[in-house]
Amino acid sequence: MSTNENTNTATPAMNRSVGMPGHMKIIFVVLLAVLIALPFMVYPVFAMKVMCFALFACAFNLLLGFGGLLSFGHAAYFGMASYVCAHAAKVWGLTPELAILAGTVTAALLGLLIGSLAIRRQGIYFAMVTLAFAQMVYFFALQAEFTGGEDGIQTVPRNDLLGLFPMGDDIVFYFFVLFVTFGGILFIYRITHSPFGQVLKAIRENEPRAISLGYHVNRYKLTVFVLSATFAGLAGATKSQVFHLASLTDVHWSMSGEVVLMTLLGGMGTVLGPIVGAVIVVTMQNYLAYLGAWVTVIQGCIFVIGVLMFREGIIGVLSKIFKKPL
Amino acid sequence: MLQASGLTKEFKGFVAVNNVDLTVERGTIHALIGPNGAGKTTFFNLLTKFLQPTSGKIIYDGKDITSKSSADIARLGLVRSFQISAVFDDLTVLENVRIAMQRRRGDSYDFWRSEAVLGQYDDEARGYVESVGLGDFINHRAAELSYGRKRALEIATTLSLEPDMLLLDEPMAGMGQEDVERISALIKRISEGRTILMVEHNLSVVANLSDRITVLARGEVLAEGDYDTVSKSPEVIEAYIGAGHD
Ligand SMILES: Nc1ncnc2c1ncn2[C@@H]1O[C@H](COP(=O)(O)OP(=O)(O)OP(=O)(O)O)[C@@H](O)[C@H]1O
Ligand SMILES: [Mg+2]
Repeated sequence: MSTNENTNTATPAMNRSVGMPGHMKIIFVVLLAVLIALPFMVYPVFAMKVMCFALFACAFNLLLGFGGLLSFGHAAYFGMASYVCAHAAKVWGLTPELAILAGTVTAALLGLLIGSLAIRRQGIYFAMVTLAFAQMVYFFALQAEFTGGEDGIQTVPRNDLLGLFPMGDDIVFYFFVLFVTFGGILFIYRITHSPFGQVLKAIRENEPRAISLGYHVNRYKLTVFVLSATFAGLAGATKSQVFHLASLTDVHWSMSGEVVLMTLLGGMGTVLGPIVGAVIVVTMQNYLAYLGAWVTVIQGCIFVIGVLMFREGIIGVLSKIFKKPL
Repeated sequence: MLQASGLTKEFKGFVAVNNVDLTVERGTIHALIGPNGAGKTTFFNLLTKFLQPTSGKIIYDGKDITSKSSADIARLGLVRSFQISAVFDDLTVLENVRIAMQRRRGDSYDFWRSEAVLGQYDDEARGYVESVGLGDFINHRAAELSYGRKRALEIATTLSLEPDMLLLDEPMAGMGQEDVERISALIKRISEGRTILMVEHNLSVVANLSDRITVLARGEVLAEGDYDTVSKSPEVIEAYIGAGHD
């Protein structure tokens, strides 16, 4: 690597860090264009499902890839938000945006509660604590009155957006979901490229050093935990409006596992990895659904092969090839 | 400036630091030397609360910091470096330094703002990077640097905090002669108006830089004084030969 190709030469070089790098802008614009065309090419409900999971995986990646914290209990935030949103829409008659907000806020509070207890633990103990709490949330969902036990909350209505616009048509609702999920993903991108995100990266890279520079690392970890839970909740709440349903599947530990799978397969710590991982996993589940329980086995195999072949995930490998963060 | 009294650390019955009293005068370079395993790093960990002292008291700049957290101690201006190089591998050289300078904004919890706001520190950060001779590497990832350069980056990062007092744990370990000279000169320069406590095995560096030397062996203070006094002390010679050192 030659040293004279540095950008610290003539130009006041540092405008390089202003805003999003050019190639990311192009990728996001292309992605948006594809997403606008998507509901006219595939089933809108399927497209919405993919987008909800993409947001879920991005939220999870915020914690794992940028915070360096592996949670095994993200279904708790996804699922509880899904229940609360469904309840709010069905029983309280809230409009979609308010019902989703209610679910998201619930996830944030749950994240604050569980996070403040979990971040004191390191590594595998952290993962175990998050899993333990997620199991408690699962049993709560199983036993509580309002969640409907085994049945879940069914036939959840999609009320008029802002009380004005009917959302019954899936294509129409799709564009609302596009706004929410794409907006969420962009916001997560911003978080990882903020002054806060810089400190987060530093903590992930070398925690004692970050402490020795005067950072209260636990407060940063808690903040990113709550943010991650919040966006996971946004994804779960939106999903329950998409499917008119909130069920135990959403809070089950296998949901926590699935989001780990998506993120690692796509490439943790990358911007696009979780999105790609979500697309692959959801598509696979959809088109292989007729194979029943075998889907899980196939998923497991793909995961093992994927992780063995490219440890950085699909996007991680591509980003190495193109020598650009993706 | 810094005063430790009766500082002790026991690990499950083994006493790594035993009842150490140490006073570092303001504006001096104070060296802490001693054979491997003497407890120097442990002592640093106690001063900065990376380890909880079993007993003892630490006064810094007139304040009792014995019960403060590591991060708060750093915020008071007492900043340490680590024996093993401690840089942020995945960040660039510039970003490494900026992370420290960013602390001046107070806490960076503003996750909604673009990192472009950190550009305000770029020029000053570049100054620190150049002062340790890393100007050519400013946009390299820290992981790509050689060991000696990582250490230099670590010093630049620490300096950019403009601490009143530095604790340097073997800042020159693993460096070539040329780097040692550059970093020695740098430490000399930054010691203006600052207080430095430094662990160093390279005795010629110690002789050159330090105003005062404390020798630690098996967790206890063996001798203290200027270089001539200490190097002539029979206990010190004994301890070094006994430990098979130098
Ligand atoms: N966390 C720990 N648990 C148990 N023993 C420890 C711990 N940390 C250090 N020690 C022991 O304390 C003693 C002092 O170690 P320390 O690292 O402070 O020595 P040092 O003077 O810095 O040595 P060196 O010159 O090799 O860096 C050693 O015997 C070490 O094994
Ligand atoms: Mg040591």
